Amino acid sequence: MTDAVVAASRLGLTFQTNDGPVEALSNVDLTIGKGEFVSFIGPSGCGKTTFLRVIADLEQPTAGTIAVNGMSPEMARKARAYGYVFQAAALYPWRTIERNVALPLEIMGISAAEQRERIKRTLDLVNLTGFEKKYPWQLSGGMQQRASIARALAFDADLLLMDEPFGALDEIVRDHLNEQLLVLWARTQKTICFVTHSIPEAVYLSTKIVVMSPRPGRVTDVIESTLPKERPLDIRESPEFLAIAHRVREGLRAGHSYED
Amino acid sequence: MSGLRVSWQGALASCLALVAAFLLPIASPDAAFAAHGVSMFVAFMAIGLVWIAAIVDGSRVGPAARAAVLFLAAHGMVWLLLSEIGDRNGVARSSFFVLLAAAWLLAWRLATVLSSIRFAGRTADTMMRLLVPALFGAWILIIWEAVVRGAGIPFILLPPPSAIGARIAGSVPILAADVYQTIFKAVLTGYVLGCAAGFVVAILADRFLFLRRGLMPIGNMVSALPIIGVAPIMVMWFGFDWQSKAAVVVIMTFFPMLVNTVAGLAASGHMERDLMRTYASSYSQTLTKLRLPAAAPFIFNALKINSTLALIGAIVAEFFGTPIVGMGFRISTEIGRMNVDMVWAEIAVAALAGSVFYGVVALLERAVTFWHPSIRGG
Amino acid sequence: MTSLPARILPVFAILAAIVAIWYVGTYALNAPFQRDLDRRAGETPTTWEFIVRTMTQPKPTLPAPHQVVANVYENTFLRKPTSNRSLVYHSWVTLSATLLGFAFGTALGILIAVGIVHVTTLDRSLMPWIIASQTIPILAIAPMIIVVLAAVGITGLIPKALISTYLSFFPVAVGMVKGLRSPEAMHLDLMRTYHASRAQTFWKLRVPASVPFLFASMKVAIAASLVGAIVGELPTGAVAGIGSRLLTGSYYSQTIDIFAALVAGSMVAILLVSVVGLAGRLTEKAMGARPA
Repeated sequence: MTDAVVAASRLGLTFQTNDGPVEALSNVDLTIGKGEFVSFIGPSGCGKTTFLRVIADLEQPTAGTIAVNGMSPEMARKARAYGYVFQAAALYPWRTIERNVALPLEIMGISAAEQRERIKRTLDLVNLTGFEKKYPWQLSGGMQQRASIARALAFDADLLLMDEPFGALDEIVRDHLNEQLLVLWARTQKTICFVTHSIPEAVYLSTKIVVMSPRPGRVTDVIESTLPKERPLDIRESPEFLAIAHRVREGLRAGHSYED
Repeated sequence: MSGLRVSWQGALASCLALVAAFLLPIASPDAAFAAHGVSMFVAFMAIGLVWIAAIVDGSRVGPAARAAVLFLAAHGMVWLLLSEIGDRNGVARSSFFVLLAAAWLLAWRLATVLSSIRFAGRTADTMMRLLVPALFGAWILIIWEAVVRGAGIPFILLPPPSAIGARIAGSVPILAADVYQTIFKAVLTGYVLGCAAGFVVAILADRFLFLRRGLMPIGNMVSALPIIGVAPIMVMWFGFDWQSKAAVVVIMTFFPMLVNTVAGLAASGHMERDLMRTYASSYSQTLTKLRLPAAAPFIFNALKINSTLALIGAIVAEFFGTPIVGMGFRISTEIGRMNVDMVWAEIAVAALAGSVFYGVVALLERAVTFWHPSIRGG
Repeated sequence: MTSLPARILPVFAILAAIVAIWYVGTYALNAPFQRDLDRRAGETPTTWEFIVRTMTQPKPTLPAPHQVVANVYENTFLRKPTSNRSLVYHSWVTLSATLLGFAFGTALGILIAVGIVHVTTLDRSLMPWIIASQTIPILAIAPMIIVVLAAVGITGLIPKALISTYLSFFPVAVGMVKGLRSPEAMHLDLMRTYHASRAQTFWKLRVPASVPFLFASMKVAIAASLVGAIVGELPTGAVAGIGSRLLTGSYYSQTIDIFAALVAGSMVAILLVSVVGLAGRLTEKAMGARPA
C-alpha cells in the first residue's frame, strides 16, 4: 500500500443544512495507485465532487480515514501535493495567461528565472505557446480551461484533481481536449482524479472508473478498464469500449441513479 | 494543559487591571464626598471583576455561561466606575481610564464569544445578529458617557448621552413640532412629488428613445452635482415655509428615481421579452406584466436612496431661512445659542426619523420584491 | 453600437430645450416685478423692450442664462484668482477641503473595510451600524461640527474636511467590503489548494478583485465630499468657498451670484468625478479589463 496516492477507508461526510443533515458521502473505500487515471461518475448529488474536495482538504470528512501520499489531506495540501482544476477556468481576469500560470509559483516563493522556465514548459504542454501576453477574455473557453490546467501543472505536483473540467464546453471542443489530456497524462506520468458526468468521457480517459450513487453518496462499482494505453478517438466505436460503457450504465442503474 | 485558555482580550484586560491597581484611586479624593476606604473598596471590586471574568472566560464552561459572566463583569465595572465619579465631572485619574479600557476589552471579548455561538433556530440566530450590533452601539454610548464625565470634557464640546437623553425627554413638544414641520410637511410632500415625477418621466423616456438618449447622460451627471445648492433659490421663490423645502426635496429626489427606473425598465431579459412578443402582447401589457415587476428592485433602490436625500435636503434647506419651527431651524439656532444638548437631541431624532423612514421603505420592498434573490437569500 | 451623433444629438436637444424653458421662465417670473417697476416709473415700454428688461434686472427672481454665463465668465477669467470675488478663489477653497476630506475618508473607509472583512466580531458589530448610518441625515451634524470646533479654536480647512471625511468614508467602506468579498468561492478555494497565506490571498486576490468597486465607490464619495465641504461653509463664519457664496447671495438676494456659485460647484463636481472616473478606467485598462 506504500504507492497508494489516495487511500480512503469507511469515509463519510455529513453536511448540516437548514433542512437537516445530508449524507454526501457514506462508507467510501477506495485506493488510487500511482500513475492511474481515475474517473468518478454519477448523477449530481452522488458526492463525486465532494470526494475530490475531501482529497484536496477543501472539505473535512466526518467519519472514516483518508490519506493522500500517506499523509493527512491537510498536510498534503500544505506540502502542495496536488494541482486542482475547477469546473470553470477560474483565471484571474486582471492577470495575463502567463501571470495566471505564475500565480501558484509566486505564492510558493519560486525564483523569477525558474518561474519563466516553468511557464514556458507548461504552456507548451497544453499547446498555448504564443498566448502568454493575452488576457483570459481574449481566449476561447477551451483555451481558458487549458490555461487553468497549465496553472495546475506549473508547480509539478504528482497528483492532478480535475472537477468536471470540460463540463461547460461543447462536445467537439471536449473531444479534442480529452485527446490532448491523454497525451499530457502519458507525457507527465501524473496521477489524475477526474470527476465527470459523461459516460463516454469517463470510459475513454480512465484506467479505473468509480461509479457513484446519491442519497447517501456512495461507491456502487469500481471498473478496471481493459482498453489499451494508446487510445485514438475512434476507439469509442469498438465493442470493448461499448462493453465498459454498458457496465458503467449498469452500475448507475444498480444505484438507482436513473430514478427521481 | 491546565484547561485554561485565556483570550488575548482577557489577558490584556487582566494586565490593565493590574496596572490600574498601582494607579489608584480612581477619582481625585474628595473629603466631602466619600470616605477613602469606600473608594478603595469599589476600585478593588472593579479589578476583581476583570480577573474573575478573564478566568471564567478561559475555563471550560459553555459559551453561554462565559457570555453571561463577561456581560455582568463588563457592565458591572462601568456601573462601579460611573458611580464613583458621581456628578463630580472631571475628577477621574488615569486608573479610571485604564479600567474603562479593561471593561471595553471584556465587552469586545463578549461580542467575540457571542459571534461564535451558532444557533440552530432561525429566530435565535436573528436575535444574536441583532444583539452583537446592539452591544456595539451601547458601548459607543458607554465610552462616550464615561470619557466625557471622567475627563470633564466641556459640555459645549460634547455633552454626555445621559444629558442628551434628558433633553429629549424634556422637550418632547418642541421636537414633535419640528418633526411635524420638517418631516410630515416638507419631506413627505417633496418625496412623493419628486419620486412620482421621476417615475413618470422615466416611463416617457422609456417610450421615446430620443428622450432617453438625451435625458440619461444628463440624469447621470446631475447625480454627482451638489444639488443641495438650489436651496437658497427655492427659499427665495417659495417663501420661508415648508413649500420651499418640499421644492428642494422634489429636485433632489427626481433624478435618482429617473435614472434608476430607466435602468430597471431595461433589466428584464431578452428571453422574457421575446416570450411576450410571441404572445403578441401590447406595449402596456409588456410594461405592467413584465418590465415594471422586473424594475421593482431598481425602483425600490431609488426610493431608499431618496428617503435619505429627502431628509438631508429639507434640513439643509432650513439653514437658509424658515419660520421658527423645523429641525434644521432648531439645529442652526440652538447651536448659535450654544445649547449643544438640544442640537444633539435634534440630531438623535433626525437619525431615528431617517432610520424609520428607510425601514418602512425597506419593509415595503421585502413585501413587494420577495421573489428577488437578494431578498430570498436573507 | 450607436454612432456618436446619435448619442450626442439628443443630449444637445434636451439641453437646448432646458435653456429655452429657462428663458420663458425668466420672462414669466421676472415680469410681475418689472411691470410694477415700470408702472412706478410711469414708463410704457414696447413688448420687446419689456422682454429685454426682464432679462437684464440686477436682482432678478430667475436670472437669464446669459446673465449667469456673463457672471461666471467675469468672475472666473477677468478677476485675479486671489480676489475674493473670483470664483476660482472660492472654488479652490472648497476644492481643497473636499480633496483633504476625500483623502482621509477614502483611507478610513478602506481601513474599516479591511477590518470588517478580516475580523468576524467587527463584521457582526460594526457592519449593521455602517449600513444604518447611511439612513441618517448626516449633514444635520455639519453646523455643530463647525461651531463646536470653532469654540475650541479650530477653524478654516480642517472642520470642513472633517465633514467631507465623514460623508465620504461610508460609500468607500461599504463598496470596499463588497469588493474585498467579491472573489468567488472557486477563486478562494484555488488559493487554499496552494496553501496561500491570508496576506497572499489578500494581496493577490482580494485587492485586485476590489479595484472596480473601489473606483465606483470613490466616484460617489468624492461627490459626497464636495457636498460636505459646501454645507460645511454654510454656518456662520465662513468667508470663502462656494457655500459661503450661496449664503451671502441669499442674504442680499443676489440671485445671479447664487446661480454662478451653483455653476462653479457643478463644474468642480464634474471635474472631480471625471478625474476619478478616468483614473478608474486607466487602472482597469492597465489591469487587462475587457474594453467596454
